[in-house]
Amino acid sequence: MGLRGFMLIYLPIAEVSVNAFLLLGLGGLVGVLSGMFGVGGGFLMTPLLFFIGIPPAVAVATEANQIVASSFSGVLAHLRRKTVDLRMGTVLLIGGLIGAALGVVVFNYLRSLGQVDLLVRLCYVVFLGVIGGMMFFESLRAIRKSRRGGGAPTRRKHTWVQGLPFKMRFRTSGLYISVIPPVIVGILVGILAAIMGVGGGFIMVPAMIYILGMPTKVVVGTSLFQIIFVTAFTTMLHATTNYTVDVALAVLLLVGGVIGAQVGTSIGTKMKAEQLRILLALMVLAVCFKLALDLLLQPSELYSIGALGGH
Amino acid sequence: MVRLLVILLFLALPARAEEVVLGLSQSEVAITANFDGSHILVFGAVKREVPIPDGPPLQVVVAVSGPSKPVLVRRKERRFGIWVNTDSVLVDSAPSFYAVATSGPFDEVLTDVEDLRHRVSIERAIRSVGAAMHIRGAQNFADAVVRIRERSGLYKIVEDSVAVDQQTLFRTAIDMPANLTEGEYSTRIFLTREGRVVSVYETTIDVRKVGLERWLYNMSREQPLIYGLMSLAIAIAAGWGASAAFRMLRQG
Repeated sequence: MGLRGFMLIYLPIAEVSVNAFLLLGLGGLVGVLSGMFGVGGGFLMTPLLFFIGIPPAVAVATEANQIVASSFSGVLAHLRRKTVDLRMGTVLLIGGLIGAALGVVVFNYLRSLGQVDLLVRLCYVVFLGVIGGMMFFESLRAIRKSRRGGGAPTRRKHTWVQGLPFKMRFRTSGLYISVIPPVIVGILVGILAAIMGVGGGFIMVPAMIYILGMPTKVVVGTSLFQIIFVTAFTTMLHATTNYTVDVALAVLLLVGGVIGAQVGTSIGTKMKAEQLRILLALMVLAVCFKLALDLLLQPSELYSIGALGGH
Repeated sequence: MVRLLVILLFLALPARAEEVVLGLSQSEVAITANFDGSHILVFGAVKREVPIPDGPPLQVVVAVSGPSKPVLVRRKERRFGIWVNTDSVLVDSAPSFYAVATSGPFDEVLTDVEDLRHRVSIERAIRSVGAAMHIRGAQNFADAVVRIRERSGLYKIVEDSVAVDQQTLFRTAIDMPANLTEGEYSTRIFLTREGRVVSVYETTIDVRKVGLERWLYNMSREQPLIYGLMSLAIAIAAGWGASAAFRMLRQG
């Protein structure tokens, strides 16, 4: 086995040969970012996998598998610190499972039409564009405000959430609210998890703070708790209906990712929060721009070959 | 990694003056974890009852063809400003791999008539498009298959790549890319003189995923539920293990 043979690894499900160090490096890079910014990184990893030539269906399913594993040690730490609202997590989870099932049905339907790549890419362009843009302007405003020495932003009160039926007490979060909004948030995140191969933390965390009004200290642990089960469920659905989970790819990305995350965490503590967020926003916008360009420009090859009946 | 197997084959066809009597070829290509493309070695000898005829020398054409499967070809069109898959056509027989190696320029070693009869060149080998008639330019879809696969190195004609020694011994190596399809690869060897085929010899080469890759691939198809659970368990163990190892490394 020569050096060339050692570096290239054949991925059995994706059916492509990729350099093993490229995958470790990619995992490490996204790991550093996720450690720095405290995000899952799935929304960056999946498009990067498209760019290196992994079929989108495999990228989405495998990334779901990787997120389960990378969130696992995080949730254990939060459980030890008792910063997980298990009751709220379960309600979000019920919504999440419904959403994931819906998402996989839509995914498989569009796959049979040959439109799944388009769907995944469009979802990414829209979400990365919106989130990146919002983050960018929000952190610009925050920087300007901190220069002027203004006070902390006040949280809006959402009275319509209080008016809904089926109320439930969530002790850890100190809330007494209807179960409808958390279930809806869960469903939306579940759909995203299935279609985009992301954990959905970047949607769920703001929703939990601003819509549900949960205290910030339980938000991350609770969202990780929900993400683990929803992405595990998504992985199983993709594995049994599409056969697109590549375990070799997932493990390589994961090992790089775990090490990168540790490095990223220590970098993150040395930088200012607003600067970090602007950096992240710019990165998200750059990936969004590249994906949008691929959709808008005329491709060099208009034809593509698809297999019959699955991959 | 590469196992060489010797096949001895004596053809009992006395009518021909010249024929391939000894095909010594690699009969198996194994796709493993470090598979980065391989090549098939094809070599053999020519047996003849009569002295070497005068005139232009003997030429050899080797054609290797992967398993044929129907493929669905899709075409993108601009809709609402973005490029979307619209029409699709089923090309009902296209080999996953097709390579031709010749001992000289293709036009000289094989006449057009012989090419038509034996379907050697890429255009002749990939044919019969079962296209829906309502789609304009269905032939474009078949052409696209050839174009895409030529670009990714799956279809090719390599001229002057068969070495013929003393008009008796010949050998060639056909490069195969990493993204191969498993199955039986049929291999044809043509001996030609002045562009006319004087002898044909056929054999098959087995291309298989081996070891862990084969096991994972089969499991993902045959027992998807267990495969999915196993993927989750392996990934969780790997993630947990890596973070534990890193923590220990930093503390110790």
